[in-house]
Amino acid sequence: MIPQSHFLILSALLFSIGVFGILTRKNAIGILMSIELILNAANINLITFGKFLGSPDGLGQIFALFVIAIAAASAVVGLGLVISIYRNAKTILVNKLNLMKW
Amino acid sequence: MVAHLIPAIPFLAFVINILFGRKIKKVSAFVSILACGVSLCLSIYTFASLLKGHGSYTLFKWLIFGSTSLNVGVIVDPLTCMMLLVVTIIGTLIQIYSIGYMKDDPRFSRFFAYMSLFMSSMLGLLLADNFIILLIFWEGVGLCSYLLISFWFEKISAAKAGMKAFITTRIGDTGLLIGVFILFFSAHTVHFSGLTAISNANPLFTAAALLIFCGAVGKSAQFPLHVWLPDAMEGPTPVSALIHAATMVAAGVYLVARCFGLFLAHQPALIWVAYVGAATSIFAATIAAVNNDIKRILAYSTISQLGFMMIGLGVGGYSAGTFHLMTHAFFKALLFLCAGSIIHSIHAQDIRRMGGIFQKMKITGTTFVIASLAISGVPPFSGFWSKDEILSESLRSGHPYLFMIAMATSLLTAFYMFRLIFLVLFGKPRSELHPYESPKVMTIPLAILAIFAIFIGLVGSPFMHNAFQTFIHPGPPENSEGLAPNYLVMLLSTLAAALGIAAAYLFYMLNNKILPLEIRNKFTLLYNLLYNKYYIDEIYEFLFIRPSIRLSRLASKFDSGVIDGAVNACAKAVVVLSRIKSWIDRYIVDGAVNMTAGIVGLFSLVLRRVQTGYIQTYLLIAFFGLALIIFIKLIGG
Repeated sequence: MIPQSHFLILSALLFSIGVFGILTRKNAIGILMSIELILNAANINLITFGKFLGSPDGLGQIFALFVIAIAAASAVVGLGLVISIYRNAKTILVNKLNLMKW
Repeated sequence: MVAHLIPAIPFLAFVINILFGRKIKKVSAFVSILACGVSLCLSIYTFASLLKGHGSYTLFKWLIFGSTSLNVGVIVDPLTCMMLLVVTIIGTLIQIYSIGYMKDDPRFSRFFAYMSLFMSSMLGLLLADNFIILLIFWEGVGLCSYLLISFWFEKISAAKAGMKAFITTRIGDTGLLIGVFILFFSAHTVHFSGLTAISNANPLFTAAALLIFCGAVGKSAQFPLHVWLPDAMEGPTPVSALIHAATMVAAGVYLVARCFGLFLAHQPALIWVAYVGAATSIFAATIAAVNNDIKRILAYSTISQLGFMMIGLGVGGYSAGTFHLMTHAFFKALLFLCAGSIIHSIHAQDIRRMGGIFQKMKITGTTFVIASLAISGVPPFSGFWSKDEILSESLRSGHPYLFMIAMATSLLTAFYMFRLIFLVLFGKPRSELHPYESPKVMTIPLAILAIFAIFIGLVGSPFMHNAFQTFIHPGPPENSEGLAPNYLVMLLSTLAAALGIAAAYLFYMLNNKILPLEIRNKFTLLYNLLYNKYYIDEIYEFLFIRPSIRLSRLASKFDSGVIDGAVNACAKAVVVLSRIKSWIDRYIVDGAVNMTAGIVGLFSLVLRRVQTGYIQTYLLIAFFGLALIIFIKLIGG
């Protein structure tokens, strides 16, 4: 049996990759994808703790399913925003979007 | 009760002429003369009603000061009536004459406007029953005098003469004003009717009487304020005749006569009147004897005759003074009009250039001679009766010196008048002048005035039982002795006149010379003194005019130096102060504000680095912040 720590390490790696992506990607779609990675890291954590802490069957997995559904919805909203930004600014590179700079 | 309309009607004519003069042009003369004629009729009516017993009346209450009030009214008494008739008759005639004299003048209608204004003021002056109204009209005639003297203001000499007349009379007017103030504050009256009540010998009232006499001195051109009258001859000749011979200059004499009660009660003042009059009369007569300007001779003659009237009043001869005032008005107006007629025809005023004019100007010449006989006091012309009256009054009142001066003056009067007559009218022409008789519109007034000059004296002669004297004198007759003819004086004055005429004939007629050189050489000093009018003008120039100009210059320098300097220094100080303030403002106040801004800017230089506007930067900071919190939590755990 694979020990619990392995799952957690995987999840931490995924989270870190996501954060790194958010902070470094210039493309807004890339950022959205990185957010998906973070959410998936959270899902792995949920399922792992659901399995190993002895909660009732499938509770962690159900939670993960909810997260996936909400993530899909939020991706829709995010992509809509990106399209809207593209229409206005003709770009989706976040370093060009500096309207709020002083 | 129509007397108050007498001055109003000429005033109406003035308003019409001054407003519409440009449109109605020559009709303006008709308007003025008509108004004057109406005034004449009203004066006759007033005279008739006075004889019937109607007298002064009050029109309305004007001002109330404390316990005293000023009632504006009209005084109708023998003196006023006499003056009204004289002024309106002479005024009408002179204005008719002016149609001819001013025919070609570009300001024809304005001339008549001023004449009407003058008539209005003069008649108002005569009718005023208190000093306040009198002063208003007194200034009114002064103004008209000024306007008419400088009527031909293009001539600098005329403009200056107007100014001189105005300023000189103003000196006397100041005295008059102070006199009225004294009367008001110590006797609480400005009404002439209140004057008779002032009989206590308070020296204050003597001073008041003398100050009122000052006004008369200015207006009637008595020494030492006589200097303006000869210069006033710069005005048109009808003006000289009306204002500066017959009416306005007589206003001073009228004033003394009007306040006669006050003078009578304060004898020292009355004596002053007599002596000033005497000094003036002899003084002006001597100047007239050597002057060469036809109008100036007449002007000095006027001064001299006004002095004569002052002698008459001053020795207590109320009727004598006023009688001479009346007769003089007629013959002096006539003399001026004759002179005007001559000037109009030959355009010259220097008698040395004239001569033999009688041949060409019969009517003017005849009337001129009549007037000269009248003024010289040849019986039975009017001047004889009035002058005789003054002479006998001065003798009777016990002033032998005054009598002698008056006698010498009448001799001189006859002399200078016939010097004028002989030089102007008779002998041979001395230069190429072409005299011609003036038009009828000028000669008819001359003729009418000549009739007056001959006969007006008779109303005060023993032939008519001294009708004038009994009429004019308020109350009972002065005394029977005064009215009785003094045959010695009559004889003496006739002799003086004859002597004067004879002397003039001898000097100027026999050898047709201007002035015998040998006489002139013998009395060079005297001649120069007289010829230069006793240097009075020069003395005034030296004593008053130059110092006052110097004082004004000094004041002007003080003004521009000290006062303007102070103002400018203030301004400069303000400028310097504001420079300093501006510096403070710019560098300290603004500096403080800017420094604040600068400090804020300095901090913001650092802080704005944080505000990159990149969402990722914010996220990075948020992430590290979170990481920090967790790290602290774990360690502190």
